[in-house]
Amino acid sequence: MKKIDREKRGSSAGPGGLGTVETKSFRLPGPHRLRSGVTLAEVVVAYETYGELSPGKDNAVLVCHALSGDAHAAGFHPGESRPGWWDRMIGPGRAFDTDKYFVISANVLGGCRGSTGPASPDPATGKPYGLSFPLVTIADMVDVQKKLVNFLGVEKLLAVAGGSMGGMQVLKWGVAYPDSVAALIPIATAARHTALQIAFNEVGRQAVMSDPDWRGGDYYGQKAPARGLALARMVGHITYLSERSMERKFGRLRRPKTNGSGFAEEFEVEGYLRFQGDRFVRRFDANSYLYITRAIDNFDIGSGPALVKALSRLSDRRLLVIAFSSDWLYPPVQSKEIARAAKLNRADVTYCEITSDAGHDAFLLEAEEQRRVISRFLEVTRKRTARAGGSSGGEEAEGGKR
Amino acid sequence: MNPEKRQAAARLDNRIIASLIPPGSRVLDLGCGEGDLLDLLVREKGVIASGVEIDEEAIYRCVEKGLSVSRLDIDSGLDDYPDGFFDYVIFNQVLEQVIHPRQALLQGFRVGRRVIVGFPNFCHWPLRFRILFRGRVPVGPALPYEWYDSPNLHFLSVKDFLDFCGREGLTVESRFFLAGVRRVRFLPNLRARKAILGLSRS
Repeated sequence: MKKIDREKRGSSAGPGGLGTVETKSFRLPGPHRLRSGVTLAEVVVAYETYGELSPGKDNAVLVCHALSGDAHAAGFHPGESRPGWWDRMIGPGRAFDTDKYFVISANVLGGCRGSTGPASPDPATGKPYGLSFPLVTIADMVDVQKKLVNFLGVEKLLAVAGGSMGGMQVLKWGVAYPDSVAALIPIATAARHTALQIAFNEVGRQAVMSDPDWRGGDYYGQKAPARGLALARMVGHITYLSERSMERKFGRLRRPKTNGSGFAEEFEVEGYLRFQGDRFVRRFDANSYLYITRAIDNFDIGSGPALVKALSRLSDRRLLVIAFSSDWLYPPVQSKEIARAAKLNRADVTYCEITSDAGHDAFLLEAEEQRRVISRFLEVTRKRTARAGGSSGGEEAEGGKR
Repeated sequence: MNPEKRQAAARLDNRIIASLIPPGSRVLDLGCGEGDLLDLLVREKGVIASGVEIDEEAIYRCVEKGLSVSRLDIDSGLDDYPDGFFDYVIFNQVLEQVIHPRQALLQGFRVGRRVIVGFPNFCHWPLRFRILFRGRVPVGPALPYEWYDSPNLHFLSVKDFLDFCGREGLTVESRFFLAGVRRVRFLPNLRARKAILGLSRS
């Protein structure tokens, strides 16, 4: 019998983590053709890896970041006090155990954290693309990830995992490259945005574009549209929380009295949102925000029978679909639909709704519950792929075959 | 019934159900709890197992056993599977708890070729005795709940269920009647605490 109440590892960033890590850069060997037909002459991908690739190359896990994430998923960059965005989940003994798995994390195409995006110089002019950067899709992001993964020597991933927009990439892997991945772990995500979800993104985009400093996207070398981007981030942050988590965190707590007009930061929640907004603009490019939210809104692998058809190549693949009870931005019903479509395609599906007050942010915060399901799910996946690969159940696997 | 006896009875249930399932079958256990039955079936029969369970902690335990499970209620969980996907669909001690048992059973036959049902017999003699002589709604080993905290929505006897099978064109292929860990062969509607039936549909 397995003991359930083991020590609570991985629930916080701290000792036992990955320590110092670094972001690396991969330049695609040639031009990259987008799904729209447009070709990018030069694409650079920022990425990090944690753990060691096994000799059989059967232990690689790709983690995909959400809207505001980047390649720095875990560990610390030198001199920084905050770890990567999924540090609670990635490291020795954590959900994605770096003692067992080779974890790959990359900044998406269209991003602004080292991968090619609208802030990158256009090789044709030498100046930043701005809005002349072509529209990209979740599929384009995944295509680039595929090239990175192959460059790292991995033919078949053990799993692709990610929350929110990261979950959309996971699903796209299942649609576009089902033979290159043994298991999918979509978390707190959707097969396509509803009108409500698009609406929140549109408010964010309008906030950016209505900032006079935005200048039609041509603001590089000048003042960035920080007000607009901060406002977009504030709206976003509201949708990442839940009524209960906000009530618990802030309630009606007031800020110390100011001598302002009555419209200064009166409540704690206002201070929190402003802080989050201001912090965000220091590390994020406003045009990237537009491109990535547009990619999210355009993502649509179908609903109902169309979704079942979209996932038709997943039979016998393993899926672990995770949702959170208080997530109203990506409510569990959307994850249930994904799980259902996969089951109707005879995939091997586990669907887990985790009880949490943390809203959409739960996928970043609820590390212990996720570890309990993800770690075992990955172990079983690895055992099964080893068996399917014809080896005698040892460490060798089909991933190593060419 | 003390916890030890209840566990022994649950283990016997699982043994009986396992005896009805050929190796390598594809099996769905509805209300699979912590996955003990599915785990047994995987280890001893090499079945391909799926479970549906609503309790969160039980889901974690199932995953830790390496099982594929969905945190759904049974009424909606059955919709998720394609026609004829399973060789066996198991409703052990859950039919009395779903909202629409008939619909759930018919759905069971949609997704599976055979269905195994286990339920407490509401006409077990001590329960009859309790109603008749004490004027109290029965609480007993197979029905251990007071009226105010019972998960059971439906109460049925062995005869009720056999009548139902007749009406719905279901064939009872195998039948086990139990009182605790003892098998009952004679007058089951009076003497059995629990029934486990293997069903097929012609």
